[in-house]
Amino acid sequence: MDLGPYLILASLEGAVTAAVLALTAVGLSLVFGVMRVVNIAHGEFFMLGAVIAWWIAHSMGGHPAIGFAVALVVAPLIVGVIAVLADMTILKRVNYDPERTIVATIGLLYIIQQLTLMTYGPEARPVEAPFNTRLAIPWFEHGENGWQMIWPWGLGTTSYKLAVIGAAAGVLLGVWILMTRTRAGLVMRATQADRDMALAFGIPVEKVYALVFGLGAALAALAAVLIVPIQQAHYLMGADPLLLSFIVVIIGGLGSLPGTVLAAVLIGLSDGIISVFFSPTLAKILATLLVGLVLVFRPQGLFGTRHS
Amino acid sequence: MSVTTKTIALHGGLLVLLFALQFVLPAYHHGNLARIMVLASYAVGYNILFGYTGLLSLGHALFFAAGMYGMSLTIQHLGFSAAPALLAGIAAGVVVSMALALLALRTAGVAFMIVTLMFAQAGYLTILYFGEYTRGDEGFVIQQAQRMLWGIDLSQPTNRYFAALSLFATCLLASLWLIRHPFGKTLVAIRENEERVRMLGYNTFAHKLGAMVISGTISAAAGASYGLLFGYAGASFASVQYSIFPLLWVLLGGAGTVLGPFIGTLFMFYLIDLSSGITTAYMLIAGVVLVLLTLFAPQGLTGELRARIWRWLP
Repeated sequence: MDLGPYLILASLEGAVTAAVLALTAVGLSLVFGVMRVVNIAHGEFFMLGAVIAWWIAHSMGGHPAIGFAVALVVAPLIVGVIAVLADMTILKRVNYDPERTIVATIGLLYIIQQLTLMTYGPEARPVEAPFNTRLAIPWFEHGENGWQMIWPWGLGTTSYKLAVIGAAAGVLLGVWILMTRTRAGLVMRATQADRDMALAFGIPVEKVYALVFGLGAALAALAAVLIVPIQQAHYLMGADPLLLSFIVVIIGGLGSLPGTVLAAVLIGLSDGIISVFFSPTLAKILATLLVGLVLVFRPQGLFGTRHS
Repeated sequence: MSVTTKTIALHGGLLVLLFALQFVLPAYHHGNLARIMVLASYAVGYNILFGYTGLLSLGHALFFAAGMYGMSLTIQHLGFSAAPALLAGIAAGVVVSMALALLALRTAGVAFMIVTLMFAQAGYLTILYFGEYTRGDEGFVIQQAQRMLWGIDLSQPTNRYFAALSLFATCLLASLWLIRHPFGKTLVAIRENEERVRMLGYNTFAHKLGAMVISGTISAAAGASYGLLFGYAGASFASVQYSIFPLLWVLLGGAGTVLGPFIGTLFMFYLIDLSSGITTAYMLIAGVVLVLLTLFAPQGLTGELRARIWRWLP
């Protein structure tokens, strides 16, 4: 293959990564934006979503689409409820102190991860995609007879991957409408802007916090359900999404939703393309260094504006 | 008794007890205690930055690994003998902690935690990337012949125990001396109220820099000794888990107390040791302890002791 088809393939794979990453990172960004805490256990909520999706798809039987559709609704709900409970029993009791919250969520990370290891086991298990038609992509090449259309071997995608991109875009639009056009969003934004003032105006800040924490976790779980037919569910799968979400949220500017989505697309696409040319480890080293340096030299993020 | 006498009696007493235990402990616990003392030295280093200066680092595995690899790579590839290799490990710790401090101390609070986490992760990945020299996750064994320090075979249990005890005693006494010194008292003041300390005319950046380099150097010394005493260097010692461990030990034992790191390491080591006999998911214990500590005893064991009984505890 030429370079061109490679690039198309890399950007298609990258777009799927970007879509899932955007959902996960928006969950993390929402929690950081409204509650001003960093949730280290975010990747484990992602992992829980995938594992619960496998469990539902496995126990439902029948056509794979039925199990998948149920998982799409139920897995984020269960994970959201778990997160709300964690918020009410742990985070609320440490008063959302940023540093103690990080330590507590590190503890939560190990609890969720190790309980999954004890119940679900160390195997990686697949979930069947509801539909999976192969779509080949044509490529134009200058041959003996001038320009002609060819179908390079290996260049293509599946209908499911396109559906993942579409679904993620839909959910992100939904989150945006929720935040900007509804009363719930108004309450969240008010809490984000000034916690004490919101409290003085009778907004139940603790309930808002619990719901935001649940919503953030549910978004991560939803992303995991979407990706689990492409990847497999495994108890250690939370580490990479956590790291990538961190990168995205920090580069996009902490707590800014449009910045987060933009950064997710950028990182997702470049991750796919860079991995074609460099070793994945080198790509990860560069990415982690980038996050560290951005935080040191441009703490408002690459797209953010500096607050006074 | 004056506070100084009581302090000397308590800490000296612990060291004498550790010295005496060597003759009575059965082989298994003898080996464990040597390991605990080296890891407790790592925790002592962590405590200087977290407990006394109030900077929560999530990247100390970078310093531990800098010491371990500074020591083992010079032995493996440059043919150093144990003593210069140990120094090379400590020097690596000084350089790495100085570099990270200059970058990370430009941030504060949550950003500081994430910056240290990210640089430590980059360091871990770098060790994996240069797998040709470091053997990555698999790691490599440091041969018995390479573990002779001034003619003493450190692979012998008795010698190993004394080496670990000397390291731990040095670190413990250094940290005790440091916090009774004006420099250490300024660190505590920075932890309590950095703005006020700056207003009083102290250079807080220089103090924090000093604290981070001291902390990183002690951690590196522990890392280098760990490799030398137990004959193995591997990338897992640079992973996030080894940044979380000292935090856990110090929190459990009591942040900002001299004895806390040792007590925390001792308890956690045996807690994990016992639970790993029951389940493979032993990190569950670490998670539960972390959550319970943040909820109910943010002061840790020694901290509670100080709050309730011995108010003079350093």
